[in-house]
Amino acid sequence: MTTATETMPITRPERRKKPRSLWQHAVHTILTDKLACTALIIVGVYFLIAILTFLGVFASNWNVEVAAAYSPPSMDNIFGTDFLGRSVFFKTIKGTETAIAIGLSTSIIALIIGTTLGAIAGYFGGIVDEIVVWFYTTFSAIPFIMLLVSIAFIMGKGTTTVFVSLGLTSWVGLCRIVRGEMMKHKDREYAHAANAIGAGHLRKIFKHILPNISHVLIINFSLTFEAAIKSEVILSYLGLGVQGRPSWGTMIDDSKLELARGVWWQLAGATLAMFIIVLAFNILGDALRDALDPKLKGK
Amino acid sequence: MNMYAYIIRRLLYVIPVLLGVCLIIFVIFNVVAPDPAFLLLGRHATVEQIASLHHELGMDRPLFVQYLDIIKSAFTFNFGYSWSSKQQIWEMIKAGAGPSLTITVPVFIISNFLSISLALLVAFYRGKLIDKAVLLISIAMMSIPSLAYILFGQWFFGAYLGWFEIAGYEAGFPNFIPYTLLPVMLYVVISWGPDTRFYRAVILDEVYQDYVRTARAKGVGELSIMFKHVLKNAMIPILTQVILQIPFLILGLLLAESFFSIPGLGGMIIKAINTSDFPVIKAMTILSAISFILFGVITDVMYTLVDPRMRLK
Repeated sequence: MTTATETMPITRPERRKKPRSLWQHAVHTILTDKLACTALIIVGVYFLIAILTFLGVFASNWNVEVAAAYSPPSMDNIFGTDFLGRSVFFKTIKGTETAIAIGLSTSIIALIIGTTLGAIAGYFGGIVDEIVVWFYTTFSAIPFIMLLVSIAFIMGKGTTTVFVSLGLTSWVGLCRIVRGEMMKHKDREYAHAANAIGAGHLRKIFKHILPNISHVLIINFSLTFEAAIKSEVILSYLGLGVQGRPSWGTMIDDSKLELARGVWWQLAGATLAMFIIVLAFNILGDALRDALDPKLKGK
Repeated sequence: MNMYAYIIRRLLYVIPVLLGVCLIIFVIFNVVAPDPAFLLLGRHATVEQIASLHHELGMDRPLFVQYLDIIKSAFTFNFGYSWSSKQQIWEMIKAGAGPSLTITVPVFIISNFLSISLALLVAFYRGKLIDKAVLLISIAMMSIPSLAYILFGQWFFGAYLGWFEIAGYEAGFPNFIPYTLLPVMLYVVISWGPDTRFYRAVILDEVYQDYVRTARAKGVGELSIMFKHVLKNAMIPILTQVILQIPFLILGLLLAESFFSIPGLGGMIIKAINTSDFPVIKAMTILSAISFILFGVITDVMYTLVDPRMRLK
């Protein structure tokens, strides 16, 4: 008897608890997943390093000769030095800024193009849809690497080229998904309700429907981000990479001449730095998909 | 009836897409690209020299005619001459295709076989330690850029340990094997991560379907469910992924070929990029797009023939 009265007040409020919203559920899922949490922290640390190097707090003197050229890793220079005697460790840190900038610019450009085209196509349908579908089908028929190279090629060498060309070639996947989601959502009740209170097309698209499919945008953002960081290596190898500041891609590319003399630390430093953040992004992307995809909710 | 209408529609759709690909290439190389005159003639070219070069390259003709030329080249494979080697591009492509295929085909077969088998294995033990370990290793492996694999592999296995040829190529069947062994192995390792992860996800998508539950309720064994029910249904996305890799076999392996000095198409593209050889880049872009479109159509048509669900849509 006493046990029953004791358990009652505990079970009752739990049963009445409001079901969690999609976002609350997502935050809860990620915070309880240790691996995803670690990945989130790692990404946060990389962003912090990038901001601090941008402000000149860290590694502002990466360009200074600290020891003899090609000194192996030691206590003073933990990643050794490059052909000009610059610290590979500082270059790696400074490269974080470049990598984060490339990831951000690529994902933002891809997000803008992909979302706009996908939303217009899915929402309006008809001839607009036909044109957008034709456009992205055409675009995706050209292999990514050839398109990237062609665009980078005509824009000429330089940092802007890397930022823009990767963005211009990374939007198709997102566009396709946003179009599909838009087609599903435009006939839902809430969209009709918005229509009934007199919302215009733009208001319906941006204020009502897009927030409801924002999980797609977030997942895609993280995927584009890490893919851009990896693609920068290929651009650097082709001589179309960033100029005038260190990047992981140019460091890896430099090492093709250094390995023959046994200088492995530049390759190791840049690859390690890239490996950790790309791995973190991959894990985070998976966790985000599991947490945000309503179809998987509760599985 | 509906099915044939769909197939015909799908086949006809090739035309606008092909025209669109030509349009993008035209805009990039004929409209936006910088004038190649300075590149080919140097900085001190006279106005007459530039004009005669423009005439020679057909750049003085109306833009529409230049666009038609690109479309024509897509059908006749007459891509003109390379700017740097002065060879006919179609001949260069024919010469480079063989060496490229000697590395891309083994990579294609080995990596798909390995990753599909591994994906089936871990999907069978889903949620167990082996599944989590394989998934984590796959993600870790795909987080390393391919250039780093090639640089390290060539230096460590080729130069440091001396197990493989570092670079070079010999034509003829048994002769090329020592040269292709290391690049093939490296690319199997490179594609191992993304492939295994993809196939695992595809198979797991099917594992949670209702028909699997029904089969289990009927008392079908787990192994039989995996191979008879799940694999059969997962075959569609798996086959798409496999078939859509074929056009890239023709493109060659860009990085590996130039690092291992294999005279294939990938190496040719890299060389063309380094020497600003527009016609070669243009030709390879058109060619790879055409093969990509064709294999896309083949997969789609095959679906409609194989999968009854597609016919009803």
